[in-house]
Amino acid sequence: MPDTPQRGSSVATPELRRSQFLERERVWDFLIERPSRAELVDTDHGYILYVEELTVSFDGFKALDNLTLYIETGELRCIIGPNGAGKTTMMDVITGKTRPDYGSVFYGQRLDLTRLPEAEIATLGIGRKFQKPTVFENHTPQANLELAMAANKRVWPTLLRRLSGEQQDRIEEVLGVVGLGSHAVRGADTLAGALSHGEKQWLEIGMLLMQNPLVLLVDEPVAGMTRQESELTGELLVSLAGEHSVVVVEHDMDFVRSIARQVTVLHEGRVLAEGSFDAVQDDARVREVYLGTEGS
Amino acid sequence: MRRLFESDPGGKVLLAVLAALTVLVPLANLAVPDDSPLHLSTYAVTLIGKYLCFAMLAMALDLIWGYCGILSLGHGAFFALGGYAMGMYLMRQIGDRGVYGHPELPDFMVFLNWQELPWYWLGFDQFWFAMLMVMAVPGLLAFVFGWLAFRSRVSGVYLSIMTQALTYALMLAFFRNEMGFGGNNGLTDFKDILGMNLQSDGVRAGLFVASAAALAGTYLLCRFIVGSKLGRVATAVRDSQDRVRFIGYRVERFQVWMFVVSAVLAGIAGALYVPQVGIINPSEFHPLSSIELVVWVALGGRGTLYGAALGAVVVNYAKTVLTGAMPEVWLFALGALFVAVTLALPAGLVGLVKRFASTRGESGIRDGRLQGSPLRVARRLLGK
Repeated sequence: MPDTPQRGSSVATPELRRSQFLERERVWDFLIERPSRAELVDTDHGYILYVEELTVSFDGFKALDNLTLYIETGELRCIIGPNGAGKTTMMDVITGKTRPDYGSVFYGQRLDLTRLPEAEIATLGIGRKFQKPTVFENHTPQANLELAMAANKRVWPTLLRRLSGEQQDRIEEVLGVVGLGSHAVRGADTLAGALSHGEKQWLEIGMLLMQNPLVLLVDEPVAGMTRQESELTGELLVSLAGEHSVVVVEHDMDFVRSIARQVTVLHEGRVLAEGSFDAVQDDARVREVYLGTEGS
Repeated sequence: MRRLFESDPGGKVLLAVLAALTVLVPLANLAVPDDSPLHLSTYAVTLIGKYLCFAMLAMALDLIWGYCGILSLGHGAFFALGGYAMGMYLMRQIGDRGVYGHPELPDFMVFLNWQELPWYWLGFDQFWFAMLMVMAVPGLLAFVFGWLAFRSRVSGVYLSIMTQALTYALMLAFFRNEMGFGGNNGLTDFKDILGMNLQSDGVRAGLFVASAAALAGTYLLCRFIVGSKLGRVATAVRDSQDRVRFIGYRVERFQVWMFVVSAVLAGIAGALYVPQVGIINPSEFHPLSSIELVVWVALGGRGTLYGAALGAVVVNYAKTVLTGAMPEVWLFALGALFVAVTLALPAGLVGLVKRFASTRGESGIRDGRLQGSPLRVARRLLGK
């Protein structure tokens, strides 16, 4: 385990300020220039996510039990673990879908994600790909990316928004990055629903990229993919690391071996082991709970 | 404007029909002599005007049901509220010509021994204020209701049931005399609008033209909304709410916005409806009316806007004919229609026409005739 990284005290985000509504000598929100994301997400210490002492229980069952985990800026981290180890719950907490009973998730040194709504977390630069590929099937891939694009996502600006040429280019660029460039997509009117399973997965990753995220949370990206598609996906994720911090939850050990530098093994809501793939694979406890059952 | 219609033949047809109606109907009613076969009676003008109001209401529902996945089973409530706001203005226009001759109070208030106008009736003698309320009251109710419901992420059948309860509660409230809206008799015996006799042919034709224009305006507005990025967000919310949330949209705000716009449009439709039919009473709040409205949209084809208008006109025309000829059959016919649409025509009449058009030239239709056995033709059209 790495040493516990240092973190500064939390300062108020616009959202937090609202909760402090009754405090006196308060400056109204609209008078303050909204701080930029770079100001809010402070990664001076080299870490972007600080997951600390997370505990989540559902009807007495502890899905997460005192989970502590740090993600470095720009790293590619694989998280493995048997079913029910708490991988998806962890993502739910980070993205604001589930609130923890205890513990905190800091994004940079200042922002506590456990107090922000999902949409705000997404705009702050945490993109999430669901386990089941989830794209807007009744829209074209282009429109999917357009909707995901970082922009003012309030209602009225959205009503009046028109795509600029620059944005059009960005959409085409991302389509190319995820392998859905003009040669792959069967015509401008093809709806995303007509894409193959693998293509939908890639489109969803493309949607994350459109948000200019700092962190990509990717849940089982190669489930249901052919070997060739898996390889392409692996290459894509490796190429995204560095510029983005990528957290991949995956079951497929071959896939994890092919991309992982740093692996975290979860078991019963806790971190069981952490380290390089080989070190983790040799760990006796890990073999017992997980790898042994996979027969590798 | 041109971009709105690039691939929208249905919309072009709708607007062309409305433009033609706007010119021809008043002409056939006012300019053609009574004994000519081309003459259109004032009764018919009013009837068509009524259909247009229903079409507008159906379009408002289609905006949220077809494009945002919100199935409101209480949309009649917003229609009725808009209607009541207009009705209150028309009551104030009666002045001292009521049965009791009171200079200010409507007849039913005199009858109930009320001494003065309740506060919420103030201002309704002004046309502009009434028109403001026609939009503000349904809009405000939709905002409060939608904000509470969508913020708690109520959706699907639960939301439908709540909207149903909303309109039912309003119906019971408006039935009460103490509410000050005329109880179960509602508001009626209107005389003037803007100082002009409501029964005159000219005013009738004017109301008709206003309804057609409002329907066209509604269509253009809705087409603009669904063609915008916001429209694409709404469709995305319909298909995959979580995905939308996780790419950074406050889903509930978009739902509330769409719901409010739809309610305001429904309110305007109600306000145009009331002076034409000459009465507004609590039965407009009846849950059954709202369900019937859903059938119109489903029959026409949801998610097309013009389909909703078509469905509203077709069903209401059938209703007019059937309730005239065999009143006891109507409800059975409506039920059968709903079952048939659900089973055989999931895309409604519009879907049928589209399929008809796309099979043309391939194998289905040659030289304007359907090829193959009738059963096979039917199968092909129904897409089975």
